Amino acid sequence: MAQAPVLPRGFELPLEPRLPRIGSVDQVAVEERAASLAKRSIKRESKLFALDLAIRMMDLTTLEGADTPGKVAALCSKAMRPDPVDPTIPPVAAVCVYPNLVPVAKEKLGHSGVKVASVATGFPSGQFPIEVKLADVRSAVELGADEIDMVIDRGAFLSGRYAKVYDEIVRVKEAAGDLHLKVILETGELGTYDNVRRASLLAMAAGADFIKTSTGKISPAATLPVALVMLEAIRDVHDETGRVVGFKPAGGVRSAKQAVQHLVLVHETLGPDWMTPDLHRFGASSLLNDVLMQIRKEKTGRYQGPDYFTID
Amino acid sequence: MTDLERKQRLPVPSEWTYAPAPESRDVLQLRERYGHFVGGEWLEPKETYPTISPATEEVLAEVGQATSEEVDLAVEAARGAYENGWSSLPGSERAKYLFRIARILQERAREFAVLESLNGGKPIKESRDVDLPLAAAHFFYYAGWADKLEYAFPNRKPKPVGVAGQIIPWNFPLLMLSWKIAPALACGNTVVLKPAETTPLTALLFCDVLRQAELPPGVVNIVTGDGSTGAALVKHPGIDKIAFTGSTDVGKAIQRELAGTGKKLTLELGGKAANVIFDDAALDQAVEGIVNGIYFNQGHVCCAGSRLLVQESISEAVIDKLKRRLTTLRVGDPLDKNTDVGAINSKLQLDKITELVQAGKEEGAEIYQPPCRLPEKGYWFVPTVFTNVAQSYRIAQEEIFGPVLSVLTFRTPEEAVEKANNTPYGLSAGVWTEKGSRILWMAQQLKAGVVWANTYNRFDPTSPFGGYKESGYGREGGKHGLEPYLTFDSEAFGG
Repeated sequence: MAQAPVLPRGFELPLEPRLPRIGSVDQVAVEERAASLAKRSIKRESKLFALDLAIRMMDLTTLEGADTPGKVAALCSKAMRPDPVDPTIPPVAAVCVYPNLVPVAKEKLGHSGVKVASVATGFPSGQFPIEVKLADVRSAVELGADEIDMVIDRGAFLSGRYAKVYDEIVRVKEAAGDLHLKVILETGELGTYDNVRRASLLAMAAGADFIKTSTGKISPAATLPVALVMLEAIRDVHDETGRVVGFKPAGGVRSAKQAVQHLVLVHETLGPDWMTPDLHRFGASSLLNDVLMQIRKEKTGRYQGPDYFTID
Repeated sequence: MTDLERKQRLPVPSEWTYAPAPESRDVLQLRERYGHFVGGEWLEPKETYPTISPATEEVLAEVGQATSEEVDLAVEAARGAYENGWSSLPGSERAKYLFRIARILQERAREFAVLESLNGGKPIKESRDVDLPLAAAHFFYYAGWADKLEYAFPNRKPKPVGVAGQIIPWNFPLLMLSWKIAPALACGNTVVLKPAETTPLTALLFCDVLRQAELPPGVVNIVTGDGSTGAALVKHPGIDKIAFTGSTDVGKAIQRELAGTGKKLTLELGGKAANVIFDDAALDQAVEGIVNGIYFNQGHVCCAGSRLLVQESISEAVIDKLKRRLTTLRVGDPLDKNTDVGAINSKLQLDKITELVQAGKEEGAEIYQPPCRLPEKGYWFVPTVFTNVAQSYRIAQEEIFGPVLSVLTFRTPEEAVEKANNTPYGLSAGVWTEKGSRILWMAQQLKAGVVWANTYNRFDPTSPFGGYKESGYGREGGKHGLEPYLTFDSEAFGG
């Protein structure tokens, strides 16, 4: 490939017709497409398949100031065996907690196969010096986390300092070593779909294993159009470079129906290859019980009250 | 091991398929036999023919094949209703009927949507989300104009034309009916309408709505039949205005027939619209627009974006994206809620599409069709893309009226305009670019009645629709849509 001549930083010369382009997103059209995919009617065995998969893709999350070892331990029990009545229900993919609670989760989960994801880098705002963020990541690693969910510096992004955002992700990736790195864009603060696409490409270029919509602290979070924009960015990166990046919608996915809609989006945008917990996760706290309730309804033909499902 | 294979350590049980999700037919109660709706009563037809579901070839009902005598009766009934009250009814009273019809259509939307898909072959999601809401919206919209005609055309003393003969196509049966009937009634005319030969059922069900709305008998009359019924209607001396939507050939014949008769005429005919994608467009959304432009309603759309003009620098990326998108189109049972592309409306149309696609192959265009299992019975055609198409190929010139896209490339905006306008038609066009100034410039340059920017096939009752050149003349929709159904007192200008 031809070598681009030296130009001032930030300029990009098109030397190939198919260079990955940042491109743009049309708001009206992307919202329409997401809405039309949301209307897919998923029933019976295909619904059960999707719900089972949704559980296996779930990052069961608690990220509160009031989290305690007791609360996290309870969450871990639920993660390993979501429905004590129904042994066919699989365990979730991971639990997601603050760094301080990683050891509790790690111990409780043991060799169950359920991973421990830790938020880091000054979650949720990311408004901290880079040294603090890196120290945050290192301690999460030392405490035994399997996966790191970092936040980007939205302040830097929105003021156009993309290089800062990029460099930070690169350094966090280094600090995280082999651990799975999910990069949270906090799309609810980015304002436009163009920005969502730009931030997605930036995060993937910097080495993200997953791109994730939100912290769960800001609304709107994982809306369907935002998910679609991010999935299309993942698809473009795969087409152009062969790199495979996963996706995690987090925040706002509360019902089984929404989870199925997200899976339809993945299925029709990225295809069946991405329908695996290794490449798709749901970040959620209240989603699990609705999924369990729907599964039992599909299996037995009737709904059961919320008291038949454990809170955590 | 590739990156992707490494990531797939965890086994996936099996590929996810969507279970069938058919809309229930239980809401429908079809009769075995339908007559003509004349003077508010069912007229027992002299001759009948079977109307079928193109998806299964199942016979749905026997419907009348109107002879010229039956057309006479319908025109007579319309004339009677016109003279005896309807034309002199205050606009606000006419509006009440139209509002009522609109509301009943909304209430019975599911029933109509199921029947539209059953008789026409279009996916239920389209009849449910597009045809029905728009049909009701047209009645609502023109109901609003009925008592404001004086304000719409100040100092021109608008008056109704008389009896309108309306002939509609099979691609949007109920929607085209509402495009025709709503403005005609709002302006004080009465109507004899002939639905298309292959899709008469929603029009016949609509007669139920008219009765439910207690519309005075004879204001709307519906006769069914083939082209000969249409011809009898066109020739009928008791008709004051003809409104036709359909093929250019028939449109020309009607125009010849009416020359010198003094009858008013509007024609909405064929098209071969260019959908122009510039290199700065939002690509994924443009691809959706292309798909919506040509595969919506199996491409049975007069304004379908059947010629894709894509800037050469991005053509490879766009075509790759488009081909992949085609693999996700779900072709099959029109009543399944997940179906994206339904059945071809008739054997005749299927043969025409097949013939033109064959011509495309022979002329040297490259064909792409996604892997697709079509049902054994019924009329089906796989969504098709032709690349490497030259402007001179038949598939770039003739209206195919099916799910077949011809892709051409251009280098500069001027070339795009030149190619887009290089057609005998001029109904619609699409422009995809992030540049607002270019959208406005293109809209000025394109000789098309409708130019969509960063969207396609979007309809609204407030927006006029109609063509240039061989796509016809006259406008439907909006305030413009009132004009063909009114005469104006020219003396008003002098006085």
